[in-house]
Amino acid sequence: MEAGTIPTLYNLKEYLAGVFVAKQHEITKNDTPFIAEKRAKAYTLFSQAGFPHAALERWRSTDLSRALNHEYQALPEPPSAELDIDKIFKCDVPHFETLLVSKLNGWYADRKNLIQVFPNGMIIGSLSVAFSRYPELVNAHYGKYADDNAESLTALNTAMSQDGIFIYVPDNVTVEQNIQMVNITDFKKNLFLNTRNLVILGENSHLRLVQCDDSINHDVTFINTVTEVKIGRNSTLDHYKLQNKDDHTTLINSMYFHQDEGSHLSTNAISLNGGLIRNLSHVTLSGSHSSADVYGLYLMDRYQHIDNQVYINHAAPECESRELFKGVLDDHASGVFNGHIKVHRDAQKTNAFQTNKNILLTDKASIDTKPFLEIYADDVKCSHGATIGQLDTEALFYIRSRGISEANAKILLMYAFAADVINKISITELRLRMDDMVKKRLRGELSQCEQCVLNCSTQEHQRVEFNIDLSKI
Amino acid sequence: MLSIRNLRVSIKGKEILKGINLEINAGEVHAIMGPNGTGKSTLAYVIAGREGYDIEEGEIIFKGRNILALSAEERACEGLFLGFQYPVEIPGVSITNFLRTAINEQRKYKGLDPVPATEFLARMEEKKQLLELQEKLASRSVNEGFSGGEKKKNEIFQMAMLEPSLAILDETDSGLDIDALRIVATGVNKLRRPDNATVVITHYQRLLEYIVPDVVHVLFDGRIVKTGGKELALQLEEKGYEWIRNEA
Repeated sequence: MEAGTIPTLYNLKEYLAGVFVAKQHEITKNDTPFIAEKRAKAYTLFSQAGFPHAALERWRSTDLSRALNHEYQALPEPPSAELDIDKIFKCDVPHFETLLVSKLNGWYADRKNLIQVFPNGMIIGSLSVAFSRYPELVNAHYGKYADDNAESLTALNTAMSQDGIFIYVPDNVTVEQNIQMVNITDFKKNLFLNTRNLVILGENSHLRLVQCDDSINHDVTFINTVTEVKIGRNSTLDHYKLQNKDDHTTLINSMYFHQDEGSHLSTNAISLNGGLIRNLSHVTLSGSHSSADVYGLYLMDRYQHIDNQVYINHAAPECESRELFKGVLDDHASGVFNGHIKVHRDAQKTNAFQTNKNILLTDKASIDTKPFLEIYADDVKCSHGATIGQLDTEALFYIRSRGISEANAKILLMYAFAADVINKISITELRLRMDDMVKKRLRGELSQCEQCVLNCSTQEHQRVEFNIDLSKI
Repeated sequence: MLSIRNLRVSIKGKEILKGINLEINAGEVHAIMGPNGTGKSTLAYVIAGREGYDIEEGEIIFKGRNILALSAEERACEGLFLGFQYPVEIPGVSITNFLRTAINEQRKYKGLDPVPATEFLARMEEKKQLLELQEKLASRSVNEGFSGGEKKKNEIFQMAMLEPSLAILDETDSGLDIDALRIVATGVNKLRRPDNATVVITHYQRLLEYIVPDVVHVLFDGRIVKTGGKELALQLEEKGYEWIRNEA
């Protein structure tokens, strides 16, 4: 066997190649020539590279072989026109006013309104419809930020994704509502899903975007999502990714942000559950005085695996990036943090800060944390720090000496550890909800389908009582 | 209330407490004095149930029950309180939440329902005034960024909220300026009741001008070498610990 290849019972690559050829007509149905060309190129790249494997530096500690070793079905059918998404999914975050934009098995779910144009000029709709409806917008941005050469799974996505969400915010528009993108999977067989989103912010515009991943079926699912985001001059994007998937799910979530002069990005990935999660945050600061805050919190247990890859590409002077990732790993859970900061030669007066802190609760849990700073400019301020530790025994005793049980004292300390990432959430309702979910997660009470009305069968068993409610203060 | 009989404690084979005997009754204030490194803090930790000590011999009877087998949290629920010499910072957890959790766990231990929110908040208000605490202090994270004085006041505030039967205050006076010392001492005095007791561990006589003890013990080299009334503290101040060293 060749070095780096993955032994699998099912040859997934071969299966997907077969699908790509056999279903060519179906896959390319909505393509413009521009898209078709991207697709063909990307397919060649994926065919050459194959699935990522441990011989690649960026995949050294994330082993996909188990996730790939299943018989999947790709290319789910679009949902019927009669689909009422409200019956499948209801967000239960109290007082959380959002404009809900859903996908079902990768397809834009609102089949009756595939494109919605709002009075302020904002466009939200199906990406595959936008291909031909808004070619000038799509062709200017689609496939421009996602890196098919560097990531073969991104290439696979470009080759095989059929639909997703398209959001366009014109210049000088402040979107008042929070936009919530919900990615629902509901499929009777093992699903291999490629789904794609494109978000474009013009100049001086402001958007808050919450991306949620939910599953309804409990079959094995492999989700490969690519989202490209363009943030125009002096615009701001406040972005959240909430991940609470079951242990059968592999979630590859690749975000490619491209920022113009004076723009600001805040992105926060909160991973509470999931068999294997890989978050890529690829940020290019292409205009001066732009800034990016990239945050993440992960709470993993059992045999779950979390991989946060952050690449901050400082391509312009006087920009700032701040990274804060914190995680608690229990049981046999494993984690990866890879923080790559690249400062180009003319990106003078760059400020780039990176912190990754981890708590390992058992000696079987592991974290592979690696800062990687590549600096070509001489007038920069960069810092990085990574810590791996256990819960502080002195603090545990202090809490217990007040009458709080050992189990709760541990939860309290873990909660305290997680709090500063949660506190970065600027949408109050969301912050309170996340706060609550993190507490539940730490208590071991959080069901994977917490937000979904269909799956209420999970018994919430009170393992320990823990009374902390920040909202009541 | 508390009887310690022939308590011998070691850490990693090194004997720290070499046969402590101590009798504390309800309504009393005891002071334990002594030079550094004689085992004062160890004694406080062992009573409070900190792990990592080998109890070689002896017993600690609290309210008629040997508590050596109880965990730190069980001892707290039984009515023990330790005011820490170095209170620990817990970022992200407000004092209010911390105390509500502690009170409710203690109530649960006693088979009581959680404290109603209004009652809890009223008690907070009352005790905050007792210790002249800033209005905002209770919503701040436990000890995070507190000055030395604020940390110690916060210990006494927690004691006031938890209403223990026996409070052990370990070097509560260290790092306090005279105003903070007065406030802390006033707080402790106001919390005195016929049914509770306080042990003040201190290096200096200064605190005892404000909290007047009924009994003073001198701990030296793991043993209580002298026990007397409040005048013993003054004698110590005058003659220094050398005097004890020579006598012992």
